[in-house]
Amino acid sequence: MTPERQRSRRRARRRNAASAFLFLSPWLIGFGVFTAWPILYSAYLSLTDYDVINDPRFVGFENYAQLFEDPKIALAIGNTLLFTALQVPAYVIVSLMLALLLDRAGRSAGFFRTIFFLPKMTPPVAVGILFLLLFNGQNGLINTVLGWFGVAGPAWTTDPAWVKPGLILMSLWTVGASVIILLAALQDVPTELYESSKLDGAGFWRQSISVTLPMISPALFFIIVVNTIAGLQTFDEAYTAFFGSGNTTYSNDAALFYVIYLFQQAFEFLHMGYASAMAWILFAIIMAITAVQLIVSRRLVYYEGEAPK
Amino acid sequence: MSRVLPPGAPDRPYEIEPVPTGPLATLDAIRVPDRRELRRRSDAGAAHRRRKPIVRALVIAALVILGVVFAYPFVWLVSASFKPRGEVFDNKLIPETFTLENYVTVWQEAPLGLWLLNTLIVTVLAAVTVTISSAMVAWGFSYFRFRGRGALFGLVLASMMLPGAVTMIPTFLIWNALGFVGTLVPLWAGNLFGSAFYIFLLRQFMLGLPRDLFEAARVDGASQWTLFWRIALPLCKPALAVTLVFEVQAVWTDLMRALIYLRDSSTFTIPRGLKSLVDAFGFGGEWHWEIIVTASVIATIPMIIVFFIGQRQIIQGVSTSGLKG
Repeated sequence: MTPERQRSRRRARRRNAASAFLFLSPWLIGFGVFTAWPILYSAYLSLTDYDVINDPRFVGFENYAQLFEDPKIALAIGNTLLFTALQVPAYVIVSLMLALLLDRAGRSAGFFRTIFFLPKMTPPVAVGILFLLLFNGQNGLINTVLGWFGVAGPAWTTDPAWVKPGLILMSLWTVGASVIILLAALQDVPTELYESSKLDGAGFWRQSISVTLPMISPALFFIIVVNTIAGLQTFDEAYTAFFGSGNTTYSNDAALFYVIYLFQQAFEFLHMGYASAMAWILFAIIMAITAVQLIVSRRLVYYEGEAPK
Repeated sequence: MSRVLPPGAPDRPYEIEPVPTGPLATLDAIRVPDRRELRRRSDAGAAHRRRKPIVRALVIAALVILGVVFAYPFVWLVSASFKPRGEVFDNKLIPETFTLENYVTVWQEAPLGLWLLNTLIVTVLAAVTVTISSAMVAWGFSYFRFRGRGALFGLVLASMMLPGAVTMIPTFLIWNALGFVGTLVPLWAGNLFGSAFYIFLLRQFMLGLPRDLFEAARVDGASQWTLFWRIALPLCKPALAVTLVFEVQAVWTDLMRALIYLRDSSTFTIPRGLKSLVDAFGFGGEWHWEIIVTASVIATIPMIIVFFIGQRQIIQGVSTSGLKG
């Protein structure tokens, strides 16, 4: 190759990189302004006392120390972990059950798939409102139905012991997206696997455990991780139903989830430094839980192409 | 020119359409399988699922019962919105006294029309800007080869993991410093810079486009922008539709940002407005739940319409995105 051609090739490559960066520029700017800078500034704010009006005052790790003494933090973390620990398994089991039914429904699957997905399109604020109305202790629909079977329903929206179970039941109404992901995974399982396992004498349960579950385990894992992260950041429905101006009727400690408390600290009490410290603790909790899930998944999740064919 | 077979094309020769000719032959050959083709494929896969008729009947029965359970809250909501105040909680399917009064009252009590308009403005701006900017960035990552591409894309993926709470306060301070708190701007303008999830989704799709096509267009003298805007984007229609529909849903229902940035009732979006109605007519001691119910119906209907228009894209998008990464 002549030096001249080499030079022109280098020039072309440089021009190529320049156009690439022109296309990337929206993200580069956005990342700098709305991700990188906020991360750094939030880390700094977490070490300060800041109320938006006065300049931030550096206080070292005082906010973090205070976190450990704030009884509401302990309450919010406890509520959030308990809610997530109960909600995610319930969510996964219900969506798996619905997906298995749809997988066997033949031509009517499309119709039911639509029905199950529709609640996902309801604004979460409206879901929170529905929760207050349907789960109302005196005249809500849920307790009326329970009454038909002779069960006296609890005061879902006011009894602290029943607030979380009620919110979990309501959240099961919006499983639609997970159902569709699992259904797609089920329909991707190669038919040959069922046929050959049948020849080997496997019955329904054996097939489910040895064929179906391993083949859909990546989808299951995806749903578990995504829903855990979402569960830890629960806000809209619980905030609509239990918090906000004028709400003095309910004892709402049972629904005080972490992000709700963070939001109150930041935007209602204007404790921006304290709320920033809270945000970092949340980040650490999410990272820790996701890491544990990833480690456990190495043993349990089967990815195609892993094993020799 | 080698023909690009559409995914899932049948291999029996009599079913292949005539090979298109002309300069854009490859373009015509790329298409998303249509509904009939998808059904044919899933039917073939479902052959083993055809079991005894009793099992099938049980499955359908279970689905019907669950379907009723899932559909009932909607029916309850809509029917309650046509009931007078005293009957909202009577849990009857068909209102004993049918009335349109709630709709009139809610329209008088709350600037619902204005809230709908605000939501519409924010949603359209947010969805259009995020789709175009994410597509640009995705194109930058999928078409070009340059040093540091892998590392930069790793940053995009990493930024998906960051909880919103970490950036929420500094982002508020940025909009506050720019004087946009109290306006609709912070609810959509961040979308001008793309969003990691959509960049990922669109990049995955763009990597599947035939490279030969773009090389050929380059030789014919097309500019980089033409390549992206006139050739790549039209081919990405299914993925762009998914992005649009997802963002429309996310923005239409977004409560937290509206709580943070909107102060005056005249700038409220629908979720923020609904929340203020709950505060005023629910908790505020007035207990006018019929107003809240009716406003909820009005807030939900546009989403249902979006769902029925974009149903296929939504469902395909949900079942393919993020899983095979």
